[in-house]
Amino acid sequence: MKTAVEKPAKSGNPLTGARRGFGRAMDRVRDRWADAPWWQRWTVYVLLIGLALILPSDFFASFMSPHTHWPSLLFNPIGVYILLAVGLNIVVGHAGLLDLGFVAFYAIGAYNMALIGTKFGWNFWAILPIGILMTAVSGIILGAPTLRLRGDYLAIVTLGFGEIVRIIAENTDAIGASRGITNIPHPPNMFGLEFLLDPLPYYYLLVGVVVAVIIFARRLERSRVGRAWTAIREDEDAAEIMGVPTFKFKLLAFFIGAMIGGLTGVVWASKVIAIQPANFPFILSATILAAVVLGGSGNLPGVMVGAFLIAWLPERFRGLADYRILAFGAALVIMMALRPEGLLPSRQRKAELSEGSGTEASAEVGK
Amino acid sequence: MLNDFIDQFGPSTVGGLAAGAIYALIALGYTMVYGVLRLINFAHSEIFMIGTFSGLAVIMTLGVSEPQSGIALIGLLLLLSVVAMVGSGAAAVALEQIAYRPLRKKGSSRLAALISAIGASIFLQELFAIVVIPHLYDHPRGRDNIGTQQLLDKEPLFTLGNTDVRPDHLIVIVASIAMMIALDFFVNRSRIGRGIRATAQNPETAVLMGINIDRIVRITFFVGGCMAGIAGLLYLLQFEETRYNIGFVLGIKAFTAAVLGGIGNLRGALLGGLALGLIENWGAIFFGSAWKDVIAFTVLVVILMFRPTGILGESLQVARA
Amino acid sequence: MRPKIARLGGALAASMALTLTLAACGGGDSTEPAASGGGDSPTTLKIGFMGDLTGENSAIVIPPRNGAKLAIDEYNAKNPKIKVELVPYDSQGNPDQAVPLAQQAITQDKIVALIGPAFSGESKNVGPILEQGKIPSISASATNPDLSKNGWKYWHRLVATDAAQGKAVADFLAKATSAKKAYVIDDKQEYSVGIADVAFETLKAAGATIERDKIDQDGSDYSSTVTKVKAFAPDLIFYGGYYAQAGRLLKQLRTGGVKAAFASGDGSLDQNLVSGAGADAAEGAVVGCPCFIPYGVTEGPVKTFADNYKKAYNADPAIYATEGYDAATAFLQAIEKGHTTGEAINTYLSTVDFTGVSKPVKFGPDGELGATTIHIYRVKGGQITWLGDSTVAKLD
Repeated sequence: MKTAVEKPAKSGNPLTGARRGFGRAMDRVRDRWADAPWWQRWTVYVLLIGLALILPSDFFASFMSPHTHWPSLLFNPIGVYILLAVGLNIVVGHAGLLDLGFVAFYAIGAYNMALIGTKFGWNFWAILPIGILMTAVSGIILGAPTLRLRGDYLAIVTLGFGEIVRIIAENTDAIGASRGITNIPHPPNMFGLEFLLDPLPYYYLLVGVVVAVIIFARRLERSRVGRAWTAIREDEDAAEIMGVPTFKFKLLAFFIGAMIGGLTGVVWASKVIAIQPANFPFILSATILAAVVLGGSGNLPGVMVGAFLIAWLPERFRGLADYRILAFGAALVIMMALRPEGLLPSRQRKAELSEGSGTEASAEVGK
Repeated sequence: MLNDFIDQFGPSTVGGLAAGAIYALIALGYTMVYGVLRLINFAHSEIFMIGTFSGLAVIMTLGVSEPQSGIALIGLLLLLSVVAMVGSGAAAVALEQIAYRPLRKKGSSRLAALISAIGASIFLQELFAIVVIPHLYDHPRGRDNIGTQQLLDKEPLFTLGNTDVRPDHLIVIVASIAMMIALDFFVNRSRIGRGIRATAQNPETAVLMGINIDRIVRITFFVGGCMAGIAGLLYLLQFEETRYNIGFVLGIKAFTAAVLGGIGNLRGALLGGLALGLIENWGAIFFGSAWKDVIAFTVLVVILMFRPTGILGESLQVARA
Repeated sequence: MRPKIARLGGALAASMALTLTLAACGGGDSTEPAASGGGDSPTTLKIGFMGDLTGENSAIVIPPRNGAKLAIDEYNAKNPKIKVELVPYDSQGNPDQAVPLAQQAITQDKIVALIGPAFSGESKNVGPILEQGKIPSISASATNPDLSKNGWKYWHRLVATDAAQGKAVADFLAKATSAKKAYVIDDKQEYSVGIADVAFETLKAAGATIERDKIDQDGSDYSSTVTKVKAFAPDLIFYGGYYAQAGRLLKQLRTGGVKAAFASGDGSLDQNLVSGAGADAAEGAVVGCPCFIPYGVTEGPVKTFADNYKKAYNADPAIYATEGYDAATAFLQAIEKGHTTGEAINTYLSTVDFTGVSKPVKFGPDGELGATTIHIYRVKGGQITWLGDSTVAKLD
């Protein structure tokens, strides 16, 4: 999936003409895509999954990542960021709730894996549902009292939640405080894959999880729930009047977003051996949000491309040492100026927005 | 526990007010920009950082080598405040021009502006860490603290019970309240202030009324930047050090303060800042300093549950003139 | 229908072409100086150095890197049969970055030995990978006591643990200041909490009344901690953490009117402690370290080392520079003796026994040093000075 859609990202040229041309070309590709019969789409899906499976090979490694071990990178940060971004996309892209503390769910998932795995010696597959459930519950705990708040108030509260989770982990001796938890068990071997230190089996596991989550997210998007989210995102009051129980659906978005965040945390923790509170800083939430918006909030392939680029670029340009983070910041500003709606914007959202926006001077456009 | 509280109440209150005063000044910048553009200016924390470095540049250029007093101190402080205000104000205007205006012109979502702000914030921090500090400040280890000369004598002015009140505390608190009053006056009484309020209430109508929105936005950023510059200077005065990511934590706290008081509300920013400083320091007496941030955020959530738009509510948009 | 597929295919082909072009470019910069000169016996071996080279705490990691580089440069200048190249891996102290770098170092770059990882957090995650790859490592600065309890066969360190250090420093302080009331502070980072815990227990055991608080590593305003310390009125403050926070804290303590003696561990051993706190505030601060920094050594091999270091880097050797030099020396000795694989070098390390510039180098079976010493340093007249071994050092 990743490399195939990467080509358009590369040809994104600062020149306006080229940029517009790129936009039109994308539109054409998408039109055709929308008209394509099911078997063509499935062929492409299978090809993409196939590509994802051969991605860790040395052939790709030689140019994708000359400075760092490519299969390791594919698992973390690339795969992890993609999964997190897909989860955050449900909250931000679909339901339009600004969440600046998404890392909290990732942390809760990881801590569940680490704690249950080391204390009770449970199997990864047994911990997985528990971790997801616990994280989803924490999503409810965060959401229930705060989802009445709107827009930026919600943003600061979620930011606070992210910090609170990290600080509690840091201050609580029972879960290792600043030392975190060491010797987290790996998943058991299966299908002839040995889950030890080699990142490849974990990568395949992650590919499987990503595919499952994408299918889930797609079905959700096109269901009644997805339509309710769209209504809430565009105009909450109107949605409420039209009979959409907005609070319930917003809570559901938090619930599902949290589940995916927790799932990512569990899978990640099952590989890394040791976790510490310092693994979950606020800047990670901001980075994932940047991935969602950069790729095109609300559009699944876009979000994945965004996460891929954000995870991959700083590692690819390791040669620039210090300057890569500087360039990363500048790139975010430039990208937003060139394509404020993201690399691969959600067309539905785009249409909704351009319809609704007023004069150029209008300060308040969209949510 | 209660004994501790009685013991430490006085010093904690002074410390909390001094910290809160700086939160409040930074919060003013968030609040003004939010009021006019409905935008969280995430890079505002870096504007504060630039304020500290502007002040530092003056101190290094003048070669101040010992604490000053009397006329020399007043002159120095005036010079420093002008430079810090201009430095931060100019940076804020440049930030608006580069990171926000192109987005605004396209009528793009506020989410895109938020990401642009995060990008600008990362860029500015790294720019200082690897270019500005090593080369312009002659400090090869760009990520380390840079200390400055002590500018004024910090012997306690007077002591109430066990509470020492130091001149730097007093200056910080008084200066921030004075700036607050001046700003309130500017926004509510001046012609430009009227333009700002008009834009905040309804940009389309403001345009029809002949207000140049770009100019108003620029002024808003400049004024917010000036406040951050003063905050930077006061910080320098109190803590005598700065670093490339100094704004990060303070920025989050100030944003929290702005929301606590009611974002978009100038008086709310002051109230929110001081309240946050006090809550943190009083809370630390009971639970230890490690829990400061948890206490602050918990109080925020509780207050927002009862008053969803902060203590004083949003009011820059609501007609108040 | 068909033309559409054709076009889709075209797009795929185009993207392939693009990736191939990139591959060509990428290939260009990955063929760096020949890794091993073809034949059976390598002419160049790679030793990795992993740690935070550009991040927050790089000031603690760059000196050992320089020390290691110096040893290798000196070795290569002798024109040996097998040359050695030092490959830096900048993990920024972050385990998430360290793991892929370690995999890369083993599978792609084919290093035969690693100096580092510099910090304990990253060591926890990288250790098992080195173990599997059979690559020996010597860390010049990872001090977490638990690291040697993993049963790793390829892992070594050239410093005493936080437990040993915290205890030695606290014992020294208890004896030298005979403090009745002590206050222990840390900044919640992993290293900081570890050393502060040990100091807390040791001082308590020595009979002091004791209290504790934590500061925020990213914070700036420590007034709530200063208030607590002032209310407790201790005669000794021990701080576990790094120099940046130590400087800030110490300055605020002194401005707040706290006059108690201030002590800290190796994380604070940097001239920036003095410049951060201000020379007046820092005066008399005591800092312990399992490292040996040649402040004011005027003769012998240590002096030669210090001179060479100064010549090469235009700076005095700072924290862990000597340890970095010794770590590299241990590996170089093995290579000189003809051991060119990770396993062979590791076997040789168990027999290594020489007097390095920092300390006698001899490893136990768990990778820890045979004997450890803790050195005590003190700020005097704005400079850090060496007082001596913690068992014999005296405060004036």
